[in-house]
Amino acid sequence: MTSATHREPMHTGFLTWVADSLQMVKRNLIHIRRTPELLLDVTISPIMFVLLFSLVFGGAIDVPRESYINYLMAGIFVQTIAFAGIYTGVLLANDLKNGMIDRFRSLPMAQSSVLTGRTLTDLLRATLAVAIMWIVGMVVGFRPGGGVLGGLGAVALMLLFGFALSWIGVAMGALVRTPEALQGIIFAAVFPLTFVSSAFVPTSTMPGWLAWFADRQPMTLVTNAVRSLTLDGSGGPTALAAIAWSIAILVVCFPLGLWAYRRRTTQ
Amino acid sequence: MTDRDALPMIHARGLEKHFGETHALRGVDFDVEEGRILAVLGPNGAGKTTAVRILCTLTMADAGEASVAGFDVRHHPDRVRARIGLTGQFAALDELLTGRENVEMIARLYHLPAATARRRADELLERFDLQDAANRPVKTYSGGMRRRLDLAGSLVAEPPILFLDEPTTGLDPRSRLGMWQLISELVAGGTTLLLTTQYLEEADRLADEIAVMDHGLVIARGTADELKARIGGERLVVTVDRTDQLDLASRTLTTIAGDPQIDAGARQVSVAVTTGDGILTRAIRELDAAGVAVDDVGVRRPTLDDVFLILTGQHPDAEMQAEGDAVRQRDEVIA
Repeated sequence: MTSATHREPMHTGFLTWVADSLQMVKRNLIHIRRTPELLLDVTISPIMFVLLFSLVFGGAIDVPRESYINYLMAGIFVQTIAFAGIYTGVLLANDLKNGMIDRFRSLPMAQSSVLTGRTLTDLLRATLAVAIMWIVGMVVGFRPGGGVLGGLGAVALMLLFGFALSWIGVAMGALVRTPEALQGIIFAAVFPLTFVSSAFVPTSTMPGWLAWFADRQPMTLVTNAVRSLTLDGSGGPTALAAIAWSIAILVVCFPLGLWAYRRRTTQ
Repeated sequence: MTDRDALPMIHARGLEKHFGETHALRGVDFDVEEGRILAVLGPNGAGKTTAVRILCTLTMADAGEASVAGFDVRHHPDRVRARIGLTGQFAALDELLTGRENVEMIARLYHLPAATARRRADELLERFDLQDAANRPVKTYSGGMRRRLDLAGSLVAEPPILFLDEPTTGLDPRSRLGMWQLISELVAGGTTLLLTTQYLEEADRLADEIAVMDHGLVIARGTADELKARIGGERLVVTVDRTDQLDLASRTLTTIAGDPQIDAGARQVSVAVTTGDGILTRAIRELDAAGVAVDDVGVRRPTLDDVFLILTGQHPDAEMQAEGDAVRQRDEVIA
């Protein structure tokens, strides 16, 4: 053991931050490889949703101009992305119970990389979910007419929204005491929001006051933009609003998440 | 910060910390010079871990100042972190990663190049006798293996300063001896070490200097010999047959020497004596006359247990035992 090997930390360096974040992503991916059930929520669940909604409700719901499966897919995409995004908080809350966090905090690493590593991993999870849903959707009749560019635009928008939501998850995961409590909050908050939106039915079928809210909330704005992009290749009237919401959520929740994490771990 | 070289490697003045109503630290000072070992000795709840957490930048002190390698822990945590290794009371490892993956990840987070990280991981896994288990997830490791792997992680970047928070608590005697061996080797290499322990033998064996902590204060400090000297020369120790006779034995011994200490758990009364005046036979005679049923009586050199008993009025072994059981149970649950 020599004391000659001092390494000056480069904690402000962008490259160090990226390198540390990638180490965290690597760690998270090893976790997934050793416990594949960590992927259930982005594989089996979305498949089930696609099949249930298209085969069970599909026959009973009429939407203007489109087949129901074409209408439905954007809703399923955004719902799955939303849940996966917020679920980041549960995974982070689990991480925080682990003694590993103390180890990380005693290392000269960029401390925020614990969080960016988490949200970047969940971006990969979300991408996997989108790919699986897209394929299963095609099997049961999804025929997007928006072309390759429209499809890529839709995926990019979904992932941006999902990434923004995962920072809400980070903030909540650091603020809420237990993963279990967080799971309850997610269920109570995200479920109503996905259903009171244009995800599964046109908002015009809702009572006036509810439709007013549904038309203006971000789930609808993102869903409508994804629907336009997949079906006709245009962003439709809500694409800009959807992007603006995602960025606004990021701008608020990124620093909030860092603050909450720091507060939680510096006792 | 202005004069880094003038400060000891580990330096703390007046550290205070409270959690709600509990005052974990009530003004603690430490100094450890380069290449020296300080053992912080104390029972559970003495504030040892809190002090280590402050020095390792994991917690902020409410008052006082601390520097490590000359860097203020509050204002330059990253500079401190680049120079320390920490092995905590509970192994800070990733259960799902293999031993090798854990050490390599820690090395990379110390910003060692990938090739160096691999080489150092190999060296340490072999040196700590973990090469056979290197590719198994840590959740399959025993308590002793986890501790060794945790220490390997702390050493991977060759930090000049090492903090070991109760490195052998909960280990079986064989693993404990192994850890002592590793720690001794480290220090021979010039590492500055702050070690906390509840084991008097551990402090006696490893440390250059001992700070005894109790209830958030350092109540005594010095070398093992200095601490032993503080409680006088040799001690007469009487083990009684029945606990209810401890007071009687103590009163009886007061007539031949001053200020006996009672250790109810061990059914013992001990008192500092000067030898050579037939003290042993006198004690036995007096005790017999008083009607005390004596199991054992003898004169021995003072141990750190005696130091602790005299300084704090309590025997650390009772708590140490409970802690050991708790850790073992926890490890069994994990296994």
